[in-house]
Amino acid sequence: MKNNLQRENGRWGQRVLMPEQDHHLRCRNFDEVNLGLSEEAAIAEARRCLQCKSAPCIAGCPVAVDIPAFIAAVAGTRMAEAARILLADNTLPAICGRVCPQEEQCEGLCVLDRKGQAIAVGYLERFVADWALRHPEQLAPTVIPKASGKKVAVVGSGPAGLTVAGELARMGHEVIIYEALHDTGGVLRYGIPEFRLPKEIVDIEVARLAQLGVCIECNVVVGKTITLPKMRNEHDAVFIANGAGLPTMLNIPGENLKGVFSANEYLTRVNLMGAWRQDHATPIPRSRQVVVIGGGNTAMDAVRTARRLGAARAVILYRRSEAEMPARIEEIKHAKEEGVEFVMLTAPLEILGDNQGWVNGLRCQAMRLGEPDTSGRRRPVPVEGKVFELEAQVVVNAVGTGANPLLTATAPELGLNRWGNIEVDTTGQTNLAGVFAGGDIVRGGATVILAMGDGKRAAGAIDTYLQRCKGRPLM
Amino acid sequence: MFEIIENTILAPNVHRLVVRAPRIARVRQPGQFVIVRADVHGERIPLTIGDADMAAGTITLFVQAVGTSTLQIVHTPVGGALQDVAGPLGSATEIEQWGRVACVGGGLGTAVLYPLAKALAEAGNEVTTIIGGRSAPYILLEDELQAFSRKVIVTTEDGSHGRQGFVTAALQELMEDPRRCPAVVFAVGPVPMMRAVCELTRPERIRTIVSLNPIMIDGTGMCGGCRVRVGEETKFACVDGPEFDGHLVDFKLLTDRLSMYREEECRMLSQLPEELRNQIVTVRR
Ligand SMILES: Cc1cc2nc3c(=O)[nH]c(=O)nc-3n(C[C@H](O)[C@H](O)[C@H](O)COP(=O)(O)OP(=O)(O)OC[C@H]3O[C@@H](n4cnc5c(N)ncnc54)[C@H](O)[C@@H]3O)c2cc1C
Ligand code: FES
Repeated sequence: MKNNLQRENGRWGQRVLMPEQDHHLRCRNFDEVNLGLSEEAAIAEARRCLQCKSAPCIAGCPVAVDIPAFIAAVAGTRMAEAARILLADNTLPAICGRVCPQEEQCEGLCVLDRKGQAIAVGYLERFVADWALRHPEQLAPTVIPKASGKKVAVVGSGPAGLTVAGELARMGHEVIIYEALHDTGGVLRYGIPEFRLPKEIVDIEVARLAQLGVCIECNVVVGKTITLPKMRNEHDAVFIANGAGLPTMLNIPGENLKGVFSANEYLTRVNLMGAWRQDHATPIPRSRQVVVIGGGNTAMDAVRTARRLGAARAVILYRRSEAEMPARIEEIKHAKEEGVEFVMLTAPLEILGDNQGWVNGLRCQAMRLGEPDTSGRRRPVPVEGKVFELEAQVVVNAVGTGANPLLTATAPELGLNRWGNIEVDTTGQTNLAGVFAGGDIVRGGATVILAMGDGKRAAGAIDTYLQRCKGRPLM
Repeated sequence: MFEIIENTILAPNVHRLVVRAPRIARVRQPGQFVIVRADVHGERIPLTIGDADMAAGTITLFVQAVGTSTLQIVHTPVGGALQDVAGPLGSATEIEQWGRVACVGGGLGTAVLYPLAKALAEAGNEVTTIIGGRSAPYILLEDELQAFSRKVIVTTEDGSHGRQGFVTAALQELMEDPRRCPAVVFAVGPVPMMRAVCELTRPERIRTIVSLNPIMIDGTGMCGGCRVRVGEETKFACVDGPEFDGHLVDFKLLTDRLSMYREEECRMLSQLPEELRNQIVTVRR
């Protein structure tokens, strides 16, 4: 076998490189950056996999995809089988293959990672998922069991809501998703840009749910249009996955100047509202110099969007150093290639404006890393006397999001923690009978795959609950 | 899709739309608004819910065409539909028994004021309504307001209807009359008008509530684009408002932030056919 040969030779092969759109071109368009592996490249990469018996990669995957098995199928050019294995554990692989932080999960635990040559599980996942999207006829049709007669309401159509809905529909339950915005997908739609996750993929996944009989109603703001108690009355169970849609303010002077945006607003204007397209009415300033504050995926998405909107100078301002940045490694690499400037160890003190109320710069404080804080990361501390200014016509605050209180404020009986996140047990059950929750509203800003994992786990718990309970919970 | 049941012209470029939205009709309260998108390429535009008919499952919107998006909304014919209507959003008006209340409306603000004034009157308050506009055709809902107000005072800038002058002069007179002086003032209209009303009531310490109209997107507190400064705090108008204590509102900031997309708006307007453009420009002046 080839693997044996490689092992004897002491060569593990080189990790495959993802073909990308040329960075000179792509920093001016919104087309997807990663082009996807060719079949030959995918097969060659799959054949590098050592098929470890212990499969540490699986332990790193929040939904425990049988990674060695699907990779073995790719290596054997049995793509339909690979797709079946993948889809059995992950309902949205075309999305996860593009946005999961693989380096912290499956690939981080790959034994070849020690040589810096971890199997490109994410690329392979994307390859198989895209293959499956192109060859629906080769996948076994989903058999939907007899209708259970039970009805479940889902709040929010982000990854958690979509996952729970798909799982429950496959169990025969009637599912209706209520979405506050006019379109589906949550952060997948309004947050993550087209160049990283084409919206066509979100559309296909949503269409697949519709085929399973899931009903999605947009423009329904739970807590306003309908209340949680009413939903409980009208359904046998409720799953809440309304995300972490509340921007954290910087609380520094100048924050309300024109041209200062939360990342949520900046990205929503561009992604959900289509401000980057000529034929969409929603405006967005296209400025020469844009500064984005933060070091996560959201910050990278915002700064790379700014470049594509025409910024000559697009800057990431982060108060720790690059090593502490929570963004996916690939996003940081892409941002740099696209000409984004990284100003590290710097905190904003004040946003400066002109006499028309427009932002024109930032006053910044240089920082250095001190002792580790409770999160284990080294705490940034100011370097005395080192204050400087940066020019900017747009400033985007991407320091984080919290729990949006709109729904929870109208459901005071629902148990929350002190940050306003919904409290659940290990199955996703809240303190209210028949009410479950998952995703960012439970975890705070986390990841797509964790949200999906929550949805999957809760679907199991909801199914058990529905089988146990006779009627609707008494209010 | 949300069907248009009625579309009538109330004043130049001001339409009353009756829209089928049963869920919203059932639960909306005075002071709340909806977010509307005319078509799949449209902006999300906040519009106050003027009235609702629970039995018919409809809501009433008063819309003034001041830009391309609102123009598109008012030009949706009966039988046609709006792509999206989400709500009811925002906090409901605090309706209490204040006693004597003055409701002051300027321009389209009168339409926003209408549901509040009605609810205040229904709660047993003695409502004096003062409404103003540029000239007679711009005076909205006078008869409707008359139905429950103790008195409706109309002011026009050119004197073509009611008293000549601004709403503030009429309010000042009311305040100076000890038998009429309001305990609370509700003011809705253009920012300069609301600011002027607040300056008038501030020295007298008359509680004054204003309804703010910043630029919004989601209307659920997710984007922070609608932020306004109230006292020492930054508030999100879509969830914390849209009504606030007028004496604490930073009107300069509000005016600034409302002008954020002026250039884009002008560009969009310049692409309209001349006739439509002229209509809008006249209204805006
Ligand atoms: C810009 C950005 C980039 C990111 N990049 C990555 C990445 O690369 N990889 C990764 O793994 N994670 C990433 N994340 C994080 C990830 O997107 C989230 O963790 C994930 O989407 C959470 O899923 P969710 O289903 O809990 O909520 P969301 O995706 O937030 O969806 C919640 C949905 O509920 C709706 N909703 C809210 N309130 C109500 C209500 N009252 N009634 C009805 N509906 C309501 C919302 O409109 C939304 O559609 C990113 C996040 C952002 C913001
Ligand atoms: S409109 Fe987005 S937070 Fe108010």
